[in-house]
Amino acid sequence: MENKLSEKMRGEELVGRSQQMFFTPEEEENFLYPDSLEVDFDKTAEFDAAEMNASEINKKIRALMADGVGTITVNNPGAQHSIAAGILNRLKLNINGSLGYFGCGLIDGPVINISGRVGWSCGENMMSGVIEIAKNAGSTFGAAIRGGDLVCHGDVGGRTGICMKGGTIIVGGRTGAFTGFMMQRGRMIIMGDAGNNLGDTMYDGMLFVGGKISSLGVDATEAEMNDMDVRWLTSKLKLYNMDTSKIKNMTKIVSGKQLWNYDNLEPSEKKLVL
Amino acid sequence: MSTKHNEPQHIGYRYDVNLVADPEKITPFLKKYIEVMGWKDLNWLEDIHMGYEEDRPAVFDRNINAWVTVPENIKLPESQQDRDMIARELLVKFQMSRRHPLVDLKKEYSKL
Repeated sequence: MENKLSEKMRGEELVGRSQQMFFTPEEEENFLYPDSLEVDFDKTAEFDAAEMNASEINKKIRALMADGVGTITVNNPGAQHSIAAGILNRLKLNINGSLGYFGCGLIDGPVINISGRVGWSCGENMMSGVIEIAKNAGSTFGAAIRGGDLVCHGDVGGRTGICMKGGTIIVGGRTGAFTGFMMQRGRMIIMGDAGNNLGDTMYDGMLFVGGKISSLGVDATEAEMNDMDVRWLTSKLKLYNMDTSKIKNMTKIVSGKQLWNYDNLEPSEKKLVL
Repeated sequence: MSTKHNEPQHIGYRYDVNLVADPEKITPFLKKYIEVMGWKDLNWLEDIHMGYEEDRPAVFDRNINAWVTVPENIKLPESQQDRDMIARELLVKFQMSRRHPLVDLKKEYSKL
């Protein structure tokens, strides 16, 4: 079948164009992406991954989802890399063990609980959903995250939330150097100490630190906490059973906006008119 | 360095990106969406706000990197918190629609 819209997209220049879409909000009552898998949270499955490689584990998760299983438990993942990456579906996933690099990256929707530790770049490019890690995490935790809650109850490495573009990162312990490096949006809560160059060249977003800050990065500056911040912090920390009594002593860090050199090019974004 | 570069400039956002969502303003549709997804709060929608595009209210859709203009027949309240909730609801409905541009892109380019 001819697909006119796709042909147009392939050929057009994405510069300041308006495109008329035919969409009526009243007629759409879907909560899931088109073509997403129908899963039931009450339908559960569990498997042992000790003898499986990463590809086999990911294929097994997808096969269970295709069968409508909405709650999956993976035992003994063996700290393998790229486990549970790219899940664009509602799902409850419990991982009993630790993950290697790029665990749960690019996800959009699932709620994932990890009982062990995670390696570099856990939750990188995450779009939505929840990842909760019981122990420690490696460097570049939540790199380029765009949405959702990424929670580590232990310590994390350096460059946490590098290029963060939205969402929430919560660290129960300490975080390493260059946390919030080039952060553009979103919020980060560090319950413990933060390493050198916190928020270096951050463009926007907010960092809340409960412990000691080794040093601030370029253009990162301290700001006053307001009532909305306190309310938001309280509700988020309660969600993940963290100590809300630390909020009153937290330091809020934002961008000093001295490196903002934007011009008026933004209208070149593509536009849709409904 | 020129004076121009010493002055803080407007980033061009059409809303306060750091405005914290008021959970009391949540709509029944969003409440159900959160329940369906198994989340406990607005999750990624905390970062969604009602902005403006060519003097019309609009919401930014990150999936297509475009502003989506709000239909004219939708009456918007004065409060930014209420407007933000409408923006969130509209965006979810649009992204989940079969008429969303990504549906066609997926047909054309998906390797699966």
